[in-house]
Amino acid sequence: MLVPGRVFADRSFIERADEEKALDQVRNVACLPGIEMASLAMPDIHWGYGFAIGGVAAFRMEDGVISPGGVGYDIACGVRLIRTNLLAAEVMGTVPSLINELYGRIPAGVGRHGDIRLNQKEMSQLLMKGAPWVIEQGFGRREDIEAMEDGGVLEGADPAMVSSRAIERGFGQPGTLGAGNHFIEVQLVDEIYDEKAAEAYGVFKGQLCIMAHSGSRGLGHQVCSEYIKIMGGAASRAGIELPDRQLACAPIQSREGREYYAAMACAVNFARTNRQVMTHLIRESFEYVFRMSAEKLGLDLVYDVSHNLAKFEEHGGEGEKKRLCVHRKGATRSFPAGHPEVPARYRSVGQPVIVPGDMGTASYLLKGTEKAMAESFGSTCHGAGRVMGRRAARKVINGHELKARLEARGITVRTGKTSALAEEAPEAYKDIDKVVAVCHEVGLSLKVARLRPMGVIKG
Amino acid sequence: MPPFEIIEHTADIGIRAFGASETEVFENAAVGMFSLISDLEKIREDNDFNIEIEAEDRETLLVEWLNELIYLYDSQELLLKSFRIASLKETALRGIAYGEHIDPSRHDLNADIRAATYHMLKIKKDPDGWIAEIIFDV
Repeated sequence: MLVPGRVFADRSFIERADEEKALDQVRNVACLPGIEMASLAMPDIHWGYGFAIGGVAAFRMEDGVISPGGVGYDIACGVRLIRTNLLAAEVMGTVPSLINELYGRIPAGVGRHGDIRLNQKEMSQLLMKGAPWVIEQGFGRREDIEAMEDGGVLEGADPAMVSSRAIERGFGQPGTLGAGNHFIEVQLVDEIYDEKAAEAYGVFKGQLCIMAHSGSRGLGHQVCSEYIKIMGGAASRAGIELPDRQLACAPIQSREGREYYAAMACAVNFARTNRQVMTHLIRESFEYVFRMSAEKLGLDLVYDVSHNLAKFEEHGGEGEKKRLCVHRKGATRSFPAGHPEVPARYRSVGQPVIVPGDMGTASYLLKGTEKAMAESFGSTCHGAGRVMGRRAARKVINGHELKARLEARGITVRTGKTSALAEEAPEAYKDIDKVVAVCHEVGLSLKVARLRPMGVIKG
Repeated sequence: MPPFEIIEHTADIGIRAFGASETEVFENAAVGMFSLISDLEKIREDNDFNIEIEAEDRETLLVEWLNELIYLYDSQELLLKSFRIASLKETALRGIAYGEHIDPSRHDLNADIRAATYHMLKIKKDPDGWIAEIIFDV
């Protein structure tokens, strides 16, 4: 190990991580060249391929590596939160029709393609210019741009580094939800912990909000698969011995390293565009159901975070600032008040951090901190983290019963496949309240608001 | 011996494929993978698709073979059911996959297999034949 491994967790999370060998994965990452300070993991740590999920690792520009496995397959998978001017209590009865309308407009589930078909040239523009480009095409508002990490576009994207196969997989997929743990929820803000930050984010108790969780779909997976293959060779040529092929990596400044970054940035831009198109479809659905303009209804983007990516960032105290390649695989950026990367309108309170929970419990809105800058390269948790395999969940939980159980609690559920719903049951996940509490106590992020689902769309 | 069995991890799922020959274990790994995606009995073998892969070693070849099939499934909306490998060398493979386009009225899609990974990847020969283990990202 070149640096220590450091896991932010309570005893139960540590024991579980150890049992499923996720701690070994933290140790393996600590052996990669050029790693700075420590190989880190957030409280929602669980076993992943190569790198643990919930892992954060920063590498020095001069002697460090970049790794597709350290980013993950679903590049820039992330979450966005949209606020409304509506009081949940006043529109409770409308939630089922709202969910139906959203389900009708946003393709969800295995293999579903959308109505938006791009040509080759448009796809290149999208990959290079990200969400601001699609907003220019009429899918959103100018103000949305500021409310996204990196303004919705990661610089350095080069579509020439993305294979035609990856692009083919992406063609029919902008504005589609996908399957697995991805969702759209209509939520109710049921608790405010930090009045000042909540006000800055435009969030208040009793408010109706919408949360969307999705990623870069087939395109991101294809980019990851192809570069893991390319980098397997690059690592051995650079004399890097890999304990696990899924850790395939290349020096940041090598040709393979630069090419992966340029392709990954395209997938990041694709994911953000995907969520932006979804936002547009969400606004249209609300306009249709409420017979009122989206502007009147609010429907402002609070923020959009990506929790699977690698980025170049400055870290370290005054006078010792270093440019590092920070990998977050199942971790969310958590920048503090005053940081230039935090949108002007939130700069006095810190960056909004959105942490999706499972469909039965809650999701959280948090804020970034100085402590995170000092301890975790400005990172915090990304979600609950699985504790039960998908098939194991299907064996012990019945999808139809689960749906009935959620509906008995007033949660409307629409899914393409009810039996698959069991895979995403609350029991299959860690306790989100505990994950968020650990981050709060350690100070990697601070609680601002809790959101409870009223309606759920699952792929 | 069954052609394959399912193995499971917390976040993901995999296949342990068996075969009397290396060719057969490659074919059975593909059958196993598509059995996770959809009900094989409902897939017709209306179309055939030629597949050629090159890779630096046998393990990478297995991953690339399955990733090629995932690419066909995801980009062209194909469900594949049976596979014939005509030629298999250490670093190259040539074969045919049989299946049809997804028809939502007949096909249920159960799992969104997104990629074959190198994690805990195994391909080996033991006295009973060939065994391959592969984990998928879903």
